[in-house]
Amino acid sequence: MNDNNKVLEVNDLRVAYNGTTVIEGLSFAVKRRDILVILGPNGAGKTTLLRSLLNLLPYQGDITWHAGKIGYVPPQELLRRQDIPPLKLSEFFAFKTSDREKIEAMLCAVGLDVRCLQRQFNELSTGQFQRMMIAWSLLDNPDVLILDEPTSGIDIGGEETIYSLLQKFWQKQNLTILLVTHDLHVVWEYATQVLCLNRQEMCMGEPDEVLTPEQLKRLYGSGIKFYQHRHG
Amino acid sequence: MLETILLALIIGCAIGAVAGYMGSLMLTKRMALMGGALGHLTLPGVALALLYDFDVSLGALLFLTGGVAIIWLLEQKTRLHPEALTAVVFSGALATAFLFLPEEKTEIALLGDISQISPATVLITVLICMGLFGVIKSIYAPLVLSGISADLAQTNGANIKRNDAIYLICIAITVAIGVRIVGGLMTAALLAIPACTAKNLSNGLEQYTVISSIAGAIACALGILAFGVTGISAGPLIIIASVVLFLASIFFRDKGR
Repeated sequence: MNDNNKVLEVNDLRVAYNGTTVIEGLSFAVKRRDILVILGPNGAGKTTLLRSLLNLLPYQGDITWHAGKIGYVPPQELLRRQDIPPLKLSEFFAFKTSDREKIEAMLCAVGLDVRCLQRQFNELSTGQFQRMMIAWSLLDNPDVLILDEPTSGIDIGGEETIYSLLQKFWQKQNLTILLVTHDLHVVWEYATQVLCLNRQEMCMGEPDEVLTPEQLKRLYGSGIKFYQHRHG
Repeated sequence: MLETILLALIIGCAIGAVAGYMGSLMLTKRMALMGGALGHLTLPGVALALLYDFDVSLGALLFLTGGVAIIWLLEQKTRLHPEALTAVVFSGALATAFLFLPEEKTEIALLGDISQISPATVLITVLICMGLFGVIKSIYAPLVLSGISADLAQTNGANIKRNDAIYLICIAITVAIGVRIVGGLMTAALLAIPACTAKNLSNGLEQYTVISSIAGAIACALGILAFGVTGISAGPLIIIASVVLFLASIFFRDKGR
């Protein structure tokens, strides 16, 4: 891989919580404009990996970014929407920029009515909220967008909207996306690269090449059913 | 008497407003009862000040500084929530205070005293309040954001540990100056009730902070005026006024729906 084309390099990453190793000996690289989907069972270290990449956790090893701004959409369960002060969406967006036109343009781009700026932070549905969070994280034109299970708690229609939206931004901007999901169809549909993680790297490469039935069984255990996806 | 009331009104409104502003963040920081715990933490300092005849806020601040430092250290070591750690430390402080607090000074320590405030004290307190207001205003947005998600705040450049430490210090100073007017027993109310009142009446952050500050100032003014008329300790009267404002806010909130 040409070095200039790399946006992220991870070498021999090790992350531990209270003496328990969660990720060990993980090395991989991400190219500019990749959509990297990180797959793995619960407790595999996916969220830990993202939080380490964002320097939110102490780690050993090397994480090198060749990127300017990095946007982040945390998992829903790590976002508090209740028991906070009254907060209009316009005020939430003002934490990032005072450019009203830019905010309104971004809201339109994610398919939200600009009138929702007058609504309370806790009044949006889960799907609307995630679209709003994507708009918020893309507001300062990041080079990389990191999302942790962006469609958890959203119905199938809403889920499709979120991924189509992400793909639209990916096509339009020079964006690299790192995404954690449990949804295999997202990998087939949108990923350019997949990283199978279960405390350490189980596989890494293009989905068609590395996501074999054997690999998925090794990753998730024998309970997994495999349905071959074919591109039209 | 008129001069005493006037000085008390100035100092009371300044403390009430800044306590209301500071308290408006307590909902997001899950520290609603923190003010009370810190208030109790001041009691050994207030007791010493009353015994050796020096400024009660100074005595309070002395013990608060030590207490907050211990809470902060324990938080780093144990990862327990500050509120839980404060409960441990304030219980110790409260018990210690009653070991050497003279019985005749108990009421002043617990309920506050506004009858002997000098113009210099008022000036210093108002300046401290202005400083506190400025410091908190500068970190208000990152503190709200970190209440929504610490990760989100950090990835947007906020230094959460530093901001939390600054906020805790500002709360401690507010409690130290608040002890003078409402005593060590009721500082939680000074911080928490105006924010609850404001939450009932506002539909945005800006409105919320303004109403919280105004509600804090009005409660202090009403309590001090009631003290002027009745001669009853201002501390309880301020808190009762604050509760009345809160109850009124429920009525207006229900009417607005």
